[in-house]
Amino acid sequence: MDFVLVILASGVATGTVLLYATVGEIFSERSGVLNLGVEGMMLVGAMTAYKVTAATSDPWLGLLAAMLAAGAVSQVHAFIAITLQADQVVSGLALNFLATGLSLVLGEGLTSLRDVVPTLPSFTISLLSQIPWLGRILFTKQSVMVYVGYIFIPLAWYYINRTRPGMHLRSVGEYPAAADSLGISVFSLRYFYVFVGGMMAGLAGATISLSISPGWFAALTTAGQGWIAVGLVIFAQWNPARAAVGAYTFGALRRLVLDIQGPTTLLGFANPFFYNPYYGFFLKMLPYAFTVVVLVIGSREANRKRIGTPAALGLPYIRGQRGL
Amino acid sequence: MDQTNKPNEITNVVRMQGIVKRFPGVLANNQVDFELRRGEVHALLGENGAGKSTLMNVLAGLYRPDGGTVIVNDKVVNFSSPRDAINAGIGMVHQHFMLVPSQSVTENVLLGLDEPRFRMHLPRYNRKIAEIAGQYGLHVDPAAKIWQLSVGEQQRVEILKMLYRGADVLIMDEPTAVLAPSEIEELFKTLRSMTAQGKSIVFISHKLHEVMEISDRVTVLQKGVVTSACLPISSVTRADLARLMVGREVVFRVEKKHVEPGEVVLSVKDLQADNDKGLPALRGVSLDVREGEVVGLAGVAGNGQSELAETLVGLRPVLGGKVIVNQKDVTNKPVKFGIRQGVSLIPADRTQVGTAPNLSVTDNVIMKKYDQAPIGQGWMVNALEANKYAAELKEAYDIMVPTVDTSVRLLSGGNLQKVILAREISSEPKLMIAVQPTRGLDVGAIEGVQRLLLAQRADGAAILLISEELEELLSLSDRVYVIYEGGIMGEVADGDIEKIGQMMTGTRLEQIEMQGEA
Repeated sequence: MDFVLVILASGVATGTVLLYATVGEIFSERSGVLNLGVEGMMLVGAMTAYKVTAATSDPWLGLLAAMLAAGAVSQVHAFIAITLQADQVVSGLALNFLATGLSLVLGEGLTSLRDVVPTLPSFTISLLSQIPWLGRILFTKQSVMVYVGYIFIPLAWYYINRTRPGMHLRSVGEYPAAADSLGISVFSLRYFYVFVGGMMAGLAGATISLSISPGWFAALTTAGQGWIAVGLVIFAQWNPARAAVGAYTFGALRRLVLDIQGPTTLLGFANPFFYNPYYGFFLKMLPYAFTVVVLVIGSREANRKRIGTPAALGLPYIRGQRGL
Repeated sequence: MDQTNKPNEITNVVRMQGIVKRFPGVLANNQVDFELRRGEVHALLGENGAGKSTLMNVLAGLYRPDGGTVIVNDKVVNFSSPRDAINAGIGMVHQHFMLVPSQSVTENVLLGLDEPRFRMHLPRYNRKIAEIAGQYGLHVDPAAKIWQLSVGEQQRVEILKMLYRGADVLIMDEPTAVLAPSEIEELFKTLRSMTAQGKSIVFISHKLHEVMEISDRVTVLQKGVVTSACLPISSVTRADLARLMVGREVVFRVEKKHVEPGEVVLSVKDLQADNDKGLPALRGVSLDVREGEVVGLAGVAGNGQSELAETLVGLRPVLGGKVIVNQKDVTNKPVKFGIRQGVSLIPADRTQVGTAPNLSVTDNVIMKKYDQAPIGQGWMVNALEANKYAAELKEAYDIMVPTVDTSVRLLSGGNLQKVILAREISSEPKLMIAVQPTRGLDVGAIEGVQRLLLAQRADGAAILLISEELEELLSLSDRVYVIYEGGIMGEVADGDIEKIGQMMTGTRLEQIEMQGEA
C-alpha cells in the first residue's frame, strides 16, 4: 500500500509539470494558435530558472525569470504565426529547435552546480494531510508548485468559461472574423495568449529544475514532457479540468515505470523489472506509447461528439477573408 | 408610438452625399447620394456588383470612402471601424453571419462589449436579452448555442446583437437569401415592428417582389451610380424597378418550348447518405427525371441538396438505396463510370469543384476529353488539338478571355460558369445535374445560362436543377420536388408556390392536401 501511495504522491508532483505546460498550451490553442514549441520553451524555462537562481540564490526570482524568458521566446512564434501568417506547425517546430539549442548553449556548465542551488520549498498542509490516503497523496511534503497547481485548475477553467475575457479568448479561436467585426483585436489577443502559453511552459520548466527533480541535465531535464503536454491538450479537449486528470495520470505513470524497478518483490513475487536494463528501456517508452494511444482514442471521441477543437486552430487570421 | 414617427415630422437619420469608393480596377460607388428617414424601410436595389453592399459597408464603418460625406443625425461622421458606426447607432447584419457557433446566443450578443465587467452573470443577461427579443418579436432562446439554431434564428441573433448595442439604423444585406418563405414572413413582421418603434432599416436586395412588399422607399443603383433616388414604393411598379435596375426591359419568364418527356434517365430510389460530419443528410430520397425534362429541386440551403448532387455523381458514398442512370446501376460506382453513362455535374462551387483555378481555360475544358482522340493520343495530350478545341468552345460559348491559355482564376463568375457549361454540354450529357447554376451571376449571364439549360432540354437531356432561387426553379422546371431535412416532401407540377413554400418548411404534400380538403 505504501508503495502505491508513494508512487501516486510523486506522480502528482511529476504531473504538476505537465499540468502547467498543458494548460498554457490550452490558452494558446484556444486563441487559435498552435504552438508546438512547448518542449523548447520548457527547456528555456528550466535553464533560466536554474541559472538565475544559481546567480541570485533566490528561487522565486528564478521562477519569475523563467516565465519571462519562455514568454519572450514564445513571441518569436507569435510573430511568425500571427503577423507573418506562416504555417504554425513549421514555425512551432522551428521554435523548438531554436529554444532547445538556446537553452543548451546558455545552460553550459550548470550541471555541476547540483545541490548548491536552492530549491523552491516543500511542505505539508497539516490539516488536509490528515485525510486518509488522499492526504498522503496530495498534501504531504509536496512542492509549493503542486499546491499552486491545485488552485490554478479551477481558476483556469473559470476564466475560460465564465468570464468576459475568457469569452473573448474563445471567440478569437473559434471565429475570429466575428470577434473582429465587434471590435475585438484578434491580433493582440492572440499575441497575449501565446505569451501566456509561453510563460506557463516556462513555469513548467522552472518547476522541474527548481523543485520536482532539481538540477539542470541539458535536454534530459524535460525529457520530452513538452511533447506529452501538446498531446494532452487534445486528450483534454481544450478543457483545463480534463487537462488536470490527464496530467496527473501521466505523472503517476511516469513515476510508476521508474519506481517499479526499485523493490525486489512485487505482491509477494520476485519483481521481474528489478533493475533489469532491458525492461528498463521498455518501461521508459511506455508513457510515450501511451500518449499515442490516448491521442487516438481521445481525438476519435472528440470527433464523434463534435466538441473541443477550436474551429480556427492553426489558421492565420486575414482580415480581407471575412467574406464580405 | 414614438412621436418622431408622425408622418409630418420627417427627419433624416442618415444622409450620404457624393460617396466615391474605388477598388483596384473598379469604381464601386460613383458620387452616390443616399438618405434614410426615421422609421422607414428603405430598399437599396441593384444587380450583383452594382455597389449596394459597398455603399452600406461605408456606412457601417467597414470601408472608408475615397470621397463624399456621411452625416448621421445632422453630424458629419468619419468612421474608421464598425465599432465607431455602432457607437453612432448604425449596425449591419451581413449575409454571412458573424456568430461564434460554439457559444450561446447571450455570449454572442455580449461579445466585444464592455459589460459584464469580469464574471459573465449569464442568467441575468439571458433574461435581459429575452426581454429585448420579446419587444421586437425575435423568438430565440438566449441560452441556446448558435450551432443548434436554424439559419433564421441565427439571423435574429444578429439583429439582437445590433439592437442590444442600441442601433437605431439597421442595415440588412440580402437578409432573405438564406430564409424559407415562412421565415421571410417572420422577418418582415420583425422589421415592421422595429420601424413602428422608431428604428430605420436599409434593406439591400435584388429581389423585386420583396422590395415591393416591405419597403417604404427605394433607391436603385446600377454599376455604382444611382439611377433613381428615394422613390416612394407606391409610385412604382415591379417592371419599373426591373428596368431601373438593369437598364433595359427584362423578360421575367424565359421562353420555354414544349418538349414531350421521354424515357426515365435518372431514377433514384430510397437514397441515403451522410454529410461531412457523419450525420444523416439524405434519409430516403426517391425521384425520377425523364428525357427532355427539367426537374427542379427546391429547398432551403443545407437540407441535403449538395449531398444529393454529390451522391448522384459518385463523389459521396451511398449508404442505402439505388441510383439508376439509363437502366444502369451507378450506385457507389466510380465517378468516371457515371461520366461514361452521360452524367454531367455543374457544381455549386465553381472555383473549388467546377474548375482547377490555376490551370488554363484549355486545361479546364479538356478535362473530360483528354483521354479521347483527337486530344488524347495514347499517353500524350495533343496540345495543338486541345488549344484548337478550347478556341472553338471559347467562340461558341462566348467566353470572354484574351487567350485560352489564361488561368481560369482570373475569370469573372459568369465567364467561369460558361467554361464549365462549355465543358459539360460538349460532353453531350444524358443527365445534367445543375446546382445553383446562376448564383452570383448578373442578370445578363443568368439569362445565358438559363437558355443553355433549356437548349439541353430541347435536345432531349434530362436535367436536375437544384436551386434556392424559387423564381428560377419555377420558370425553368417542368416539375419541382421539395427537399427538407434529407427527405422529399412532395412534387408539384403546376408551380404552386404556396405549396412549395409550405413543403420547404417541412410539411408533406399529403398533409397540405388533407388540410385543403378539410
